This record gives sequence, C-alpha cells and structure tokens, in this order.
Amino acid sequence: MKRPVATFFLHAALIATALLTILPLVWMIMASLMPAGEASSEPPPFFPSHVTFEHYRELFVRLNLGRVFFNSALLATSVTVLSVLLNAMAGYAFAKLRFPGRGRIFGFLLGALVLPSQVAILPLFLLMRQLGLISSYWGVILPGMATIFGIFLVRQYALSIPDELLDAARIDGASEARIFAEIILPLCRPILITLAIFTFLGTWNDFFWPLVVLTDDSKYTLPVALANLFGEHVQDTEMMMAGSVLTVMPVLLLFLFLQRHYVQGLLMGSVKE
Amino acid sequence: MASEVPAQMARRALPSEVRAAWLFVGPGLAIIFLFFLLPIAAALLLSLTDFDLYAVADWGNLRLVGFENYAHLLRDPLFWKAMRNTVYFVLVGGPLTVVVSLAAALMISSRLTRFPGIFRTAYFAPAVTTLVAVATVWRYLYHPRFGLLNHALGMIGIAPIDWLGDTRWAMPAIILLSIWKNFGANMIILAAGLQSIPEPLYEAARLEGAGWWRQLRDVTLPMLAPTFLFVAVMTCIGYFQLFAEPFVLTRQGEPLNSTLSVALLMYKQGFRFWHMGYAAAVAFVLFVVILAATTLQVRLAKRNEA
Repeated sequence: MKRPVATFFLHAALIATALLTILPLVWMIMASLMPAGEASSEPPPFFPSHVTFEHYRELFVRLNLGRVFFNSALLATSVTVLSVLLNAMAGYAFAKLRFPGRGRIFGFLLGALVLPSQVAILPLFLLMRQLGLISSYWGVILPGMATIFGIFLVRQYALSIPDELLDAARIDGASEARIFAEIILPLCRPILITLAIFTFLGTWNDFFWPLVVLTDDSKYTLPVALANLFGEHVQDTEMMMAGSVLTVMPVLLLFLFLQRHYVQGLLMGSVKE
Repeated sequence: MASEVPAQMARRALPSEVRAAWLFVGPGLAIIFLFFLLPIAAALLLSLTDFDLYAVADWGNLRLVGFENYAHLLRDPLFWKAMRNTVYFVLVGGPLTVVVSLAAALMISSRLTRFPGIFRTAYFAPAVTTLVAVATVWRYLYHPRFGLLNHALGMIGIAPIDWLGDTRWAMPAIILLSIWKNFGANMIILAAGLQSIPEPLYEAARLEGAGWWRQLRDVTLPMLAPTFLFVAVMTCIGYFQLFAEPFVLTRQGEPLNSTLSVALLMYKQGFRFWHMGYAAAVAFVLFVVILAATTLQVRLAKRNEA
C-alpha cells in the first residue's frame, strides 16, 4: 500500500470518529442492563456488573409502555401506508398525466417546500380542536397523510417512465386506476420503499406535534412518553436508558436492514434542480 | 422544466385523463392545503389577535389587536434572549456541523480508506435515532459526577465541567449533541457530491504538481460548492427550529433560560400559557428570520460564484 503514514493517520481518525459516534448508543444499551443505581457510581462503569432485564420489565408491567409502543407502531405504520399511497398518486399525476395548471401547481408546491412546519403548529392545533381530533390517532395521521417532499420524490422518479407504455395500456382499454395499480406502482417500487422508510422513521421519531396533539397519556407515542417519564424518573438512569433503547432500537434496526434504500432517498432529496 | 413544455403541448390532454389527474392529485393536495398551507396562512392572522385562554373557551372573546403582539414581542426581554440563544446555536452549531460533515465525507471518500461502508454506517447511525431518546442518553453522559464525558476529560487532566448546570456550557452541550446527531446525514450528501467530481480534474491538478491541500482547495471545494450550499441551507433551516434538544436535555431551556430557543418560547407561550396570538407572532418572526437567513446564504453563494 502506498503512503503508509497518511493511511495510518486517516484510519486512526476514522476509527476514533466511529467510536465517538457509536459509544453513546452502546453505553445506552449497557446502562439499561445494569442493576438499579449502578450507573450512578464513581468511576462510572461502562459494563454492567451483572446483566438484568428488570428495568424493561418495570417499563412494561408498571409503566404501561407496551401500550405506548403499540401507539407508536400503529401511528407510524398508518401514516406510512396512507402517505405513500397519496404521495404516489399525486407524484405520478404530476409526472405523467396532462392537466391544466400542472406546472404552476407543482412550482407552487416546490416553493412551499421551504416553509418551516413549526409555523403551522398553533393554527393546526386549533383546527384539530374544532374537528374534535385532539388526543385522537387521527390528529397525528391526517396531517401526515401527504407531504410535498414525498410528492416531489415520486414525481422525479416517475418522470423516467416512458409515455408509450401508458398510451399502449390506454389503447388496450385499461382504466387510469388500473394503469396506476398495475403499471405505475410496480415500476415505482424502489422509490416507494425509500419513501416508506423515510416516513416511518420520521413519524416514529417526531416529537413536537404528537406532544401538542396527543394530550391523553393512553395515546402517547414513545418520544412523548419518554420525555414525560424523564420528569419523574430522572434519577432512575438505568430505567430511562431501557426506555431509550426501546424507542431507538426499532428504527435503528430498520435502518440497518434497509440502509441502501434510505441512503438513496436522502440523495434524491438533495438533488433538487 | 422548460424542455417539458413543448412535449406537453404537443398532445392535447383527453378529458378522461384530466379527470383522472384531478382524482389522483386531489387527496394529496387537499391534505397539504388543509393541514399545512392553510395553518401557515392562519398563523399570520392569529398573530394579529389576542387569542388566549378565554378565546380557547369561546371564540367570541377573540379581538383583533393589529400589530400589538409584535410590539409586545420586541419589548419582551425573554424573546430577545430566545432569539440570541437560537442565533448562537445556528451561527456556532451550524458551521461546526457542516465542517465535521465535510471532514467525515472527505475521510470516507478517500481512496486510501479501507471498509468505507462500515464507517459510513457508524457515522450515519445517530441520524436515524429518536432525538428525545438520545438527548436523554446525553443528559446522563453530561452528568458532572457520573457522566462518561467528564470521566474521559478527567483522564486527560481536565477538571469536571457542569455541562448542563452552567449557563456558559449548556448551549455548547446542545451543540455537541447536535453535531453528533446530524453530521452523518450531511456526510452522505456531501460524499455523493464528492463522487460526482470528474477524476480528470484531479489528474490535471496532479500533473501541475498540486498536493493534497491544493487539490482540496482548487478542485474539490469549488466543485462541491452547490452541494455544500444545499447542506448549509438545510442545516440552517433545521437549526433555527431548535426545539426537542433543549426541551429534553436542559429541561425546557434551563439553566436561567440560557438554552431557551425561539421555538421553545413559542411552545411555552402557546401551549402552556395559551397566549396563542402572542405565540403566533413569535412563530412568524422566526419564519421571517429563517427566510432572510436562507436568502442571504444563497445570495452570498451566488456572489462568490460570480
């Protein structure tokens, strides 16, 4: 190998950075397995003296985290399924169907992409209150059911589908709905998978809006419940870490298994022009 | 975009196609209009009212107050404190995050690097984690006595720092967490930008005797400029909306409001005290500041190009 010195320092830096990135996550898992109180000793231990699952049991049995876990999974799944469908429909239409105003509407949406969502939160809360959807699952699902980013992503992908394919299907008498279901959806599969992962992670990790709209603790999602739990149990380091593991692990595993798709989506989102 | 127009005009749309198109875009557009665009417009109206707890109970108590909320906000020391904190976070945390992202992208893209995939996955992992959960983790890592960070610093002879209890250190602690959480995603985008730089440019530079540093300065960075601008703008927009980090890590803006962000102030005013008119004014000022900051960034980049 050429340039051994440069290679050595480069790898030293790479490994040091990797340790710094991963250590907090590894420590989170270690601390969640320590007996109560062990994490708060000097010097701080990194490995548990013996492994215990008591904090996980406590979370599920006494603090009802099973219900919260279910809420998170249900909401993330519903939002993902519904928004992938609506975004796919709209993205396909913007790419392939001719209708008056198409370019103008799409341009307007692109411009609105930079609007910070936080500005919408106060009126959105009042709207949801008018609709009676505070502390209802629909309060989270409805606003997540379509996104400009998702429509944009699908449109860019669908642009490459040849028009001849669709025209041939039309001549054969296929309805627009059938063309969408049997030609477009299968062809767009890769981008729809990417979009699905994005949406699932985004919904699972979201905090501000669920915090505001899910006021009843039976409807809490994991981040909201965790932030709440933190208020009362800040001293229970090990149990808080168990709660963090339960919150982080599903999305971390999902990412590790589907990494390729996720990265692809990130890149498509960044090539705007 | 321009090249699409003639193709579009070439064939007239069939009425059935137009009908189908509206059915396809309709649901998505309705959701975006109703739950995103309409609320943003309504935020402006809301900021011109005295919407408070009485109005929450009965909209009849609502009064238009013109720009009173904005006048009040400009006199509110807490608003200025939150704005200063947020700008500090954006101006210090933003560039640091982008620089670390760039360094990481250069490292994993180097031809000398073995197993770049493993490093990429490791660096990216924090980006997919739940902010509330990892902020909880970091709160313990920052503990003055039992935290691993002070323990590690102690080993190289640095006295314990009260990261989250000291007004001087609380914001740096939030910035450190944010760099850790966000650099991986930026790195992926920048690494893709690096890959698209044509190899002959480097060959030409090497023929002229350019070393590593000259190649970086004269080839890599200029060619990477558009990607870099995108990453910088997205980081800036995201960082101005700082919320969950101080909510969890420093218990909603402690110590002494030294980590109170504008978004956190909006949350407290709106959903704790139900001063929704005032909170909407806070939100709208943040909106304008973000718009101005991103416009400025893009202008500066354009001018550098010229």
